[in-house]
Amino acid sequence: MTGIDYSQKIPNNVDLAGDKRLQRALEAWQPNYLEWWAQMGPTDFNTKDIYLRTAINVGAEGWAHFGYVKMPDYRWGIFLAPQEEGRTVGFGDHFGQPAWQQVPGEYRNWLRRLIVTQADTEPASVEQQRLLGHTAPSLYDLRNLFQVNVEEGRHLWAMVYLLHTYFGKDGREEAEELLHRRSGNADHPRILGTFNEPCEDWLSFFCFTMFTDRDGKFQLLALAESGFDPLSRTCRFMLTEEAHHMFVGQTGVGRVIEKTLTLMKEHPERDVRDFGAIPIEIIQKYINFWASSSTDLYGAEISSNSANFFRSGLKGRAYEEKQADHLALDQAYAFENFVDGRISKEEVPLRNAMNEVLRDEYVRDNQKGIDYWNRIAERLNSPVRFTLPHRRFNRKIGCYSSGRFHPATGELLDESTWQAHVEQWLPTAKDKAYVKSLMKPVYEKGQYASWIAAPAKGIDDKGVDYEYVKLA
Amino acid sequence: MAATAHPSVPVVFQTHPNRYKHWKLSFDGDVATLVMNVNPGEGQREGYELKLNSYDIGVDVELADATQRIRFEHPEVRCVVVTGGLDRVFCAGANIVMLRTSTHGFKVNFCKYTNETRLYLEDASANSGVKFLAALNGTASGGGYELAIACDKILLADDRNSAVSYPEVPLLGVLPGTGGLTRITDKRKLRRDHCDAFSTVAEGIKGKRAVEWNLVDGIASLSKWNESVKEWARKLADSQPVRATKGVELDEIRCEANADARLYKYVALKFDRAQRCVELTITAPESGAKDAAEALAQGNAWWVLRAFRELDDALCHLRFNEPEITLLLVRAKGPAATWAKMDELVSGGGNWFTTETRHFVKRVLKRLDNTAKSLYAVCDESTTWVGTGLEIALACDRTYVLDDEERPVTFGVTPANKGLFPMANGISRLQTRFLGTPAKVDEVLASSGTFGASEANELGLATYSPDAIDWDDELRLAIEERTAFSPDAMTGMEANLRFAGPETMETKIFGRLSAWQNWIFQRPNAVGERGALTCYGTPNRPEFDVLRT
Repeated sequence: MTGIDYSQKIPNNVDLAGDKRLQRALEAWQPNYLEWWAQMGPTDFNTKDIYLRTAINVGAEGWAHFGYVKMPDYRWGIFLAPQEEGRTVGFGDHFGQPAWQQVPGEYRNWLRRLIVTQADTEPASVEQQRLLGHTAPSLYDLRNLFQVNVEEGRHLWAMVYLLHTYFGKDGREEAEELLHRRSGNADHPRILGTFNEPCEDWLSFFCFTMFTDRDGKFQLLALAESGFDPLSRTCRFMLTEEAHHMFVGQTGVGRVIEKTLTLMKEHPERDVRDFGAIPIEIIQKYINFWASSSTDLYGAEISSNSANFFRSGLKGRAYEEKQADHLALDQAYAFENFVDGRISKEEVPLRNAMNEVLRDEYVRDNQKGIDYWNRIAERLNSPVRFTLPHRRFNRKIGCYSSGRFHPATGELLDESTWQAHVEQWLPTAKDKAYVKSLMKPVYEKGQYASWIAAPAKGIDDKGVDYEYVKLA
Repeated sequence: MAATAHPSVPVVFQTHPNRYKHWKLSFDGDVATLVMNVNPGEGQREGYELKLNSYDIGVDVELADATQRIRFEHPEVRCVVVTGGLDRVFCAGANIVMLRTSTHGFKVNFCKYTNETRLYLEDASANSGVKFLAALNGTASGGGYELAIACDKILLADDRNSAVSYPEVPLLGVLPGTGGLTRITDKRKLRRDHCDAFSTVAEGIKGKRAVEWNLVDGIASLSKWNESVKEWARKLADSQPVRATKGVELDEIRCEANADARLYKYVALKFDRAQRCVELTITAPESGAKDAAEALAQGNAWWVLRAFRELDDALCHLRFNEPEITLLLVRAKGPAATWAKMDELVSGGGNWFTTETRHFVKRVLKRLDNTAKSLYAVCDESTTWVGTGLEIALACDRTYVLDDEERPVTFGVTPANKGLFPMANGISRLQTRFLGTPAKVDEVLASSGTFGASEANELGLATYSPDAIDWDDELRLAIEERTAFSPDAMTGMEANLRFAGPETMETKIFGRLSAWQNWIFQRPNAVGERGALTCYGTPNRPEFDVLRT
C-alpha cells in the first residue's frame, strides 16, 4: 500500500475505500495514466490554473462543481448513476429478468469488447486535440477544450473502473493497452478510424465535438440500456458530461457561422477572407467531412455482432423504453442496400440492423444541430443554409463505402463525376491550409479571434471576458 | 438445414492467375507473394457475400492452383509470402453463410479439399524447398489462422489489435475444420491448456502472448511491417537450395463432357447413372519421354503430368459435382513399358521437373485414397497394373482380377511401389496392405518383370480372382451389392479401413475431421433449428441440448 487515501484523491461513489482489489488495481494503473496524460494530454498547459467543472458526487449539485484547477490535479472521479432498486433487463432474450450486477460468464468476452471499444475513444480524442491549446481563439474556448479533455479522461477512468472491477486479469491488461494505443500512430492506432483522424484546427475540433462526440452520446445511450447494471449506471452518468461536449461543438461551429455571416452582411462585396474569417463553403466542407466520418462509427448496416449484443441484453437501442416491442425478434428493418453497384430495398431481421437503427437516431439528431445553425442564419437575415451530408456520402465503412454518392441527394455517381466535384464537397489541402493559417492564439481576456464570434454567455454565469485560464 | 438455399453450381477446378478473382500472385526473384483479396460479390454460387476475406471453394481452388503453379512454373521460388489485401483483417476463415446454406456432403467435401490444399503448402515446404511465410497484416480468425499454421512461419502485425483466433467453438458451436486443432497440438506443439484456452476465446490472442504461446513466430510493428516481412521472407528463401531457374508452364486441363462421359486425353469417366457408378480409366500412351531431359522438354505435355492432372480434375469433379455416384470402377491401361519408364524417370536421378511430378503423382494418389467413393480396381482384359499403375490398384478398396489366359492382365513391380508414393500414414500402399505380414511386401517387391492374374493372386494382390465363366456375374453382384449399402456406412467404413498402420498429423487431420467435425456438423446443437451455426448472424440465440454424449 502506498498510503494514499484514494477516496480523497479519486472522488467516487463505488466504495473505493472498502474495495481492496480495486484499490490495488487502480494504484498500479493510476501512475501510468498520469504518465500518459503528461505525454499525450495538453502537456504545455499542465501548470496553468483552469476554471474547470469537477464531478465530486452524483447529486444535482455535486456533478458540476466549478473552480480553478491544474489539469494534472484534476480529480478524475469514478461515478455511477445511483442504482435503481429492482432494475430488470430492458430488451433482448433476457427481457424482464433482473439486471446483472456481475458479468454473466457467457457474455464476458462480448462485454469486454464493447467496453474496450468505447473506452478506446476517450483517450483517443484527448490525443487528437492535444496541441489545440496553442491556437485557441479565446480563453473561453481554451477552457472548454480542457474541460472536454479532462472529462474524456474521466470517461476513460470510468471504463477502466469497469475493466478492473469486473474482468480480472484480462481487464487489467486491456486497461493497460488503452494507454498504449495512440491516435494516428502507424504502429498501434486507436481501434476506430475516425479517432485516428488528425484534429489540427479549431474548426475541426468544433466539428469533432459536434459530430463525433454525438456518436459517443448515442453509443452511451445504447450502453446505458445494458442489462449489465454497472455499465448502464456508468454510461448514464457519462451522458451528463457528454452533453457539454456537444454544446461546445454546436455553439462553436455556430459562432464561426455567425462571424462569417455578420461579415458578409456588413461587407457584401468583400471576401470574408479579407477579414480573417472562414468562408461558408469551407465550413460546409468541414461539416461534410466530419459528419460522414462520424457516421461510419456505427459499423456495418447488417451485423451479427449487433444482433448478438442486442439479444444478449448487452447493448440496446437509444431510449429503449420508448419502443413498443423490446424483443425485436420478429420484426424486419427495411433499408437501402448497395450491392454490385446497385441500390436495392432490402428487409433484414431487426436485430441484425441495430447499428443502422442507432445510426438513424444519430442522423436525426445531427439534423437538429444543422437546423440550429440555419436559425442563426435566419436571425441574421442571411439566405445561407447548411446541410447535413447524405448518409451515403463519403463512407468508409458499410455498404456505401464501395460507391460514390452525392452529398445532398445521395445519388450514385460515377468516379469521374466524383473526381470533378470532390473539391467542392470535401476540404482541400488549400482549404485546410487557409483554416490553419487563421489558427493564432488569442489569450487576452474577453478577446476573440477574427473568425469566431463571442459566445452569448460565459460558463457558470461568468462573463464572456472572464479569465477562464490563468496563463500568467 | 439439409438442403441448399440456392441451386448448386458445378465447381470448376481449372483456373489461372490471370483469371483469379480473389488472389494476386506476384514474383520478385525467389520470393513469391500471394495476396488474399477476396471479392465479396464473386462467391462460387449465389446466396452469400464473401466479406472480410472469408472464403469458399472458389477461393480455395485458386489457392491450390497458385501453389501448384509456383512449384511447376516458378522453380526459382524459395519462399512464398501469404498475406492479406484488406486493412486490419488478414482472413476471416470459411464463410459462415456459405457453410450454413450448403448440403452436408458439400460441406464435408469443401473441408476435405481445403485440408488437402493446406497439406499441399506443407508438402511444397517439405519436398520442393518452397517455404511459406504467413504475413498476417491483420486478424486471422478460424480458417484464416488455419491457413497461417499451414505455413512454415507466422508473422503477426503488432498493432495492439490484430489477433489470431479460433472463434468456431464459442461463436458457431463447431470446430476449426481445416486441421486447426491438430496443428496447434502436433505441429506448433502448444501446451494443451493453452490450446484449450485459445480455442474458446472468440477474439483470440494477440501480440506478445501469441508469441509466448507459440501461436505465431514473431510480431512486427506496422511502420516496419513491409521491411520485416521482407526480412523474414529473405531468411526463409536463403535457407533453401536453388532448384532451377526456368519453369514449366501448366496449360488448362480440358475434357469433352456430356451427361454420360467425361473424356480427357489419358483419363476417361463413363457413367452408369442407373447403377450409380462410374468407370474411371487411365491409359498410358504407346511411348513416353525416354529420359528426364526429354520429359522436361515436353513439360506440361509429358503424359505423366498430364494424365495425373486429368485424374486430379476427374476426382475433384466426382467428389463435388457427382454426389450420387457411389462406386468407381478403376482401370489402368497402356503398355507396361510406358508405365515402367515413367517410374524410372520419377523415382530419382532425374531433374527437378521429374521430382516435382513425382510429388504431384503422390498427391493425386492421396486424393484417390481420400475420395469418399467406393473404389474397385477392375483388372480385366488389357489392363496394366505396373508400378504407379499398381499403386492405383492398391489404393482401391477391392481388386477384382480376371483369371483368363486368353484375356491377359498385366501386373508388374517397379521402384514406385517401394515407398515412392507414401500414403497419409507415411508408409507405402504395399506396407499398409500387408501390415500383419511384412514379409509379403518383400515378396511382392522381389518379383521381376511383368506377371499375370494367377501370380498376382498368389502374391495377395487380388481380392477376388474369378475365372472367365464367373467374371461377369461376380463383378455384377459386387457392384450391385456395393451400391445397395448405406452410402454413409460405406464412407465411414472405407475411411476406417484405408489408413491402417501409423498415425500421422495428416491422418489425424482427416480422421478427426470425419469423426468429430462432421459429427458436430450434423448435430442439433450446431445445425438444428436453434443450433449455434444456424443462429449465427440471425436474431436468435442458440439453445443447446445439454446432455454430454
